Amino acid sequence: MKRNFSFYMLAAFFGLFVLFLYGPTITIAVLSFQGPEGGLTFPLNGTSLHWFKQLFEQQAVGDFGAALVRSLLLGLMVMVCTLVFSLLAGLAFRKRFAGSAILFYLALASLIIPSILISLGIGLMFDRLDLTPDWYSSGFGSHLTWTLPFGLLIMFAVFNRFNPSYEMASVDLGASDWQTFRFILLPLLAPSLMGVALFGFTLSYDEFARTLMTSGSFNTLPLELFAMTTNVTTPVLYALGTVTTLVSFVVIATTIILVRLYSRSNRKSA
Amino acid sequence: MNNPTICLNARPIDAYMTTLINKTNIRSYWQALPLTLVLFLFLVFPIIVIGIVSFWDYNEYSIIPDFILDNYEFLLTSPVTWQAYLKTFKYAFLTWLLTLSIGFTVAYFMAFHIRSTAAQTILFLICTVPFLTSNIIRMISWIPLLGRNGLVNSGLQSAGIIDQPLEFLLYSDFAIVLAYVHLYTLFMVTPVFNSMMRIDRSLIEAAIDAGAKPFQILKDVIIPLSKSGIIVGSIFVFTLVMGDFVTVKIMGGGIRANVAILIYNEISLLQYPSAAAGAIILLITVIMMLVILFRLVDIRKEL
Repeated sequence: MKRNFSFYMLAAFFGLFVLFLYGPTITIAVLSFQGPEGGLTFPLNGTSLHWFKQLFEQQAVGDFGAALVRSLLLGLMVMVCTLVFSLLAGLAFRKRFAGSAILFYLALASLIIPSILISLGIGLMFDRLDLTPDWYSSGFGSHLTWTLPFGLLIMFAVFNRFNPSYEMASVDLGASDWQTFRFILLPLLAPSLMGVALFGFTLSYDEFARTLMTSGSFNTLPLELFAMTTNVTTPVLYALGTVTTLVSFVVIATTIILVRLYSRSNRKSA
Repeated sequence: MNNPTICLNARPIDAYMTTLINKTNIRSYWQALPLTLVLFLFLVFPIIVIGIVSFWDYNEYSIIPDFILDNYEFLLTSPVTWQAYLKTFKYAFLTWLLTLSIGFTVAYFMAFHIRSTAAQTILFLICTVPFLTSNIIRMISWIPLLGRNGLVNSGLQSAGIIDQPLEFLLYSDFAIVLAYVHLYTLFMVTPVFNSMMRIDRSLIEAAIDAGAKPFQILKDVIIPLSKSGIIVGSIFVFTLVMGDFVTVKIMGGGIRANVAILIYNEISLLQYPSAAAGAIILLITVIMMLVILFRLVDIRKEL
């Protein structure tokens, strides 16, 4: 197709879409450098790091530091489990087994069920069982109901395009199942698995609706943010938003760089 | 196939698949076990608990095991419920229409107007990254733009287009749908892009050779062949909007109520059985919509 009029129209549309996606986030990033006298909107009243400093003073915004640590820890736990469980389930689904269709639809249901049902259901279940909900137990479980379907869908997409002749060659050459998995399958899957890990971490780190009734007495970062939207009227809210987004960006960038480095070093050794 | 070892083994692929099937049937079960356990513990059982509790009684202090239909009766006879459903469907429909138009256009641009795979990957990543950042922050980000003294209002005022700040920009239905489109368009872009990438390019060449105009190619070739992607995207957008309460809470300014907000409010008042009944009705509504949509597509083939 030639680069004609419709190309430039569509490119302009795409550009506007990207602006629509990123514009607001950039706006609050700029506003979080608001001077100490500044408010929630433009104009900037001087620039300062005042609101970032405020963030780390406990009285100002609840317990931001602890919430951040909890969210990072939970994100890591969810990431590891999502990675391992999705990989295993992905392998299982390569063959037909009794109940596989039910399990697949259950995983889909877990993804598209309204989040408030998960939150309410797990909250009620823990209450009935006389268990105390905590971010690392009930919260952890509720996050897995959100991240595992994504992990599984990625694994499906990967295995649908996967060429099994490498595995067959390995089996033909006398490799054991474990060797085939460790030296053939795992290296080939590694970039996709990094993607699964990225989804596991970031989806958990940002998850709100399913955490609402399942995090127990301590807030995760999104819950802290939500509480702030109702009672904080200073740019400290934007500072928190900027720091949170920055963490997400660092995680995403790191994953992309790792995937690129990995595939490059593979190409060299091949 | 001139390798002697492979020739000895007459049909290596079949042989391999047979060993896989025989040997790994049991293995599949333990491989699927962790996922199964998580889904039963944190999805199936909680839903069952909601189902049971929806028939229970409650007072100000606690919930009481019982079997009453009062929660459902109250719910289904209250005009508040019906208004909330109407509102929720309105949000879902508007969001679906907008995400579909925007998502389709964006996917179409990436799939048919970008030639190099590297450029496609980069553009696709650009669209995906915001999805991996916090929804709440992305909603808050609209405040300095849409507020009474926000950028849009002050811009329009200084340009002399309006005298009074526009009140409908923030804490309104407009703001809610805007936030939905902002948050969920990616759920439309990804599946539509995916099915467009599978369209055999020679079909389009054939259409051009047969004298089809660009619009005819779009209408008669591309749209029918990306139908399954459109349906998968629609499933995501519909269910996400139907079950959402955070967006309505933040962008609606606390006065607007959709279905999930009603449930959320009952939870805040500790009226769990009543909230549970609301949740079950919501679940049934979503399932009915899904049954219709799933008839149109085989989702496992789409990945």
